[in-house]
Amino acid sequence: MLELKHISYVVNDAGVEQTILNDVSVTIPDGKLIVFTGPNGGGKTTLAKIIMGLVTPTQGQILLNGQDVTALSITERARLGISYGFQQPPRFKGITVRDLLTIASGDDKLTKDKCCHYLTQVGLCANDYLDREVDVSLSGGEVKRIEIATLLARGSAFMIFDEPEAGIDLWSFARLTETFESIHRTHSATMIIISHQERIISLADEVIVVGGGVLQYRGTADEILPKIMQDTTHGCPVLTRKEAATL
Amino acid sequence: MINEVDQALLEKIADLVGKPVGALNIRKDGGCEARQSTEHIKIDARTDGKEGIDIRILDGTKGEKCFIPVVISKSDYAEMVYNDFYVGENCDVDIVAGCGIHNSGCDEARHDGVHTFHVGKNSHVRYAEKHYGEGDGTGTNVMNPQTVVYLDEGATIQMETVQIRGIDSTKRFTKIVCGKGAEALITERLLTHGTQLAESDMEIILDGEDSKGRVISRSVAQDESRQVFRPIVVGNDKCFGHVQCDSIIMGSAKIESVPAITANSTEAQLIHEAAIGKIAGDQLLKLQTLGLTEEEAEDRILKGFLA
Repeated sequence: MLELKHISYVVNDAGVEQTILNDVSVTIPDGKLIVFTGPNGGGKTTLAKIIMGLVTPTQGQILLNGQDVTALSITERARLGISYGFQQPPRFKGITVRDLLTIASGDDKLTKDKCCHYLTQVGLCANDYLDREVDVSLSGGEVKRIEIATLLARGSAFMIFDEPEAGIDLWSFARLTETFESIHRTHSATMIIISHQERIISLADEVIVVGGGVLQYRGTADEILPKIMQDTTHGCPVLTRKEAATL
Repeated sequence: MINEVDQALLEKIADLVGKPVGALNIRKDGGCEARQSTEHIKIDARTDGKEGIDIRILDGTKGEKCFIPVVISKSDYAEMVYNDFYVGENCDVDIVAGCGIHNSGCDEARHDGVHTFHVGKNSHVRYAEKHYGEGDGTGTNVMNPQTVVYLDEGATIQMETVQIRGIDSTKRFTKIVCGKGAEALITERLLTHGTQLAESDMEIILDGEDSKGRVISRSVAQDESRQVFRPIVVGNDKCFGHVQCDSIIMGSAKIESVPAITANSTEAQLIHEAAIGKIAGDQLLKLQTLGLTEEEAEDRILKGFLA
């Protein structure tokens, strides 16, 4: 179980304080699939990065299975079973797909069969990719799918995916949602997925709408989706005012 | 006599363990420790009074290897060696050179070497050159290798130079002249640290029609070390040349990269790319999320980069 208690994150931008997250508290039970959704710049990614240790909160506490991990490094959290799939994964000159999967698995003798298993789950063929470098020769979608495969290879108990659908084609996306469904069905990991995709939102046990640095709504996909649709039809308030003035 | 220290050096610079199969010449502190010719590869001392050997590879020699490593175990020592390679036509051979210095003294140990290759028509040569230095003394290890290659019609050379740590000062010069349809690929890997200095000048002259030249240079400069690269490609006919220099800079190191391309023909297609930068923060973070410490992540990134 993961508990976030009164998490705040305030940045100082040229002397002006800006609150990115404001007193956020949430509990994520084991084996659940939670989707964070909400408007861009609302604080979703920051909250996820705080869990992984990529961002240090200015206030608050993070407990993993009762252990306070707030002061632990990224590495220590990774070794406790938290993993993180970046929205825009880095590329590495000279490090192959096989190398990354091997590092992720922690098994120096990771077999090709196992690599193949992880890559198939994200819609990639091991024969085509295993010995390729994770560099600029790969497309954004390919790097993204390799990123997700590293989390599968890591096999951690708590997985965070930041917009896994971004840059991925429709066919691979369908394969990817099957993978998330399978992990969820077998309760082999707790998952937080940051997503705007209805298909992924509909997989969630609980959907949390993060906006303006707070948790705005929580509920099931059936409860939350209509609210999201309602909010997105409002359009631009400035434009609406201008349009009204010209009438 | 080859002792355990020499044996370890030979393994590092030429992957030599035990007695290798193929032609062989081991030079130690200016003397010849071992020499072995084969039916197709003849190694002889030079006859012009200069230090070094002549290596003659007969026409049609395929799948054979030739090892010519150099070991220096003395301090206050300098040598200038000339090795000439005459590779016949239609050959396909591996040549492994390299120099290892074990300097336990307080004076300089220095190896200057000039390797000149004449590669015959349609021959393919893979040439590996590793440089390595060690020793617990305060003396400096210096290596200044020069490699000059003449590729005849349809000939190719894949040249791999590696220098990872241990060499305090190096000034290397590589020149390859490509004839018609000839192809040169140079892969350079370099890591300097402490106050080391490395300068690498390269010149690929694409003289023949449909000749190709490619330089892939990757380097890491740590601490207060300095590196200077000057790769030059000259296209004199219909040809293709590509220079790619990537460097990772760390600590208070300094790197200068000055690639140059010169086209003397409208049919010459030449490209150069050079990049210098520190290890990207997101690369370190990614590997930390996979359970590596920051130091382990850094090592892994450098290992991959220089692989």
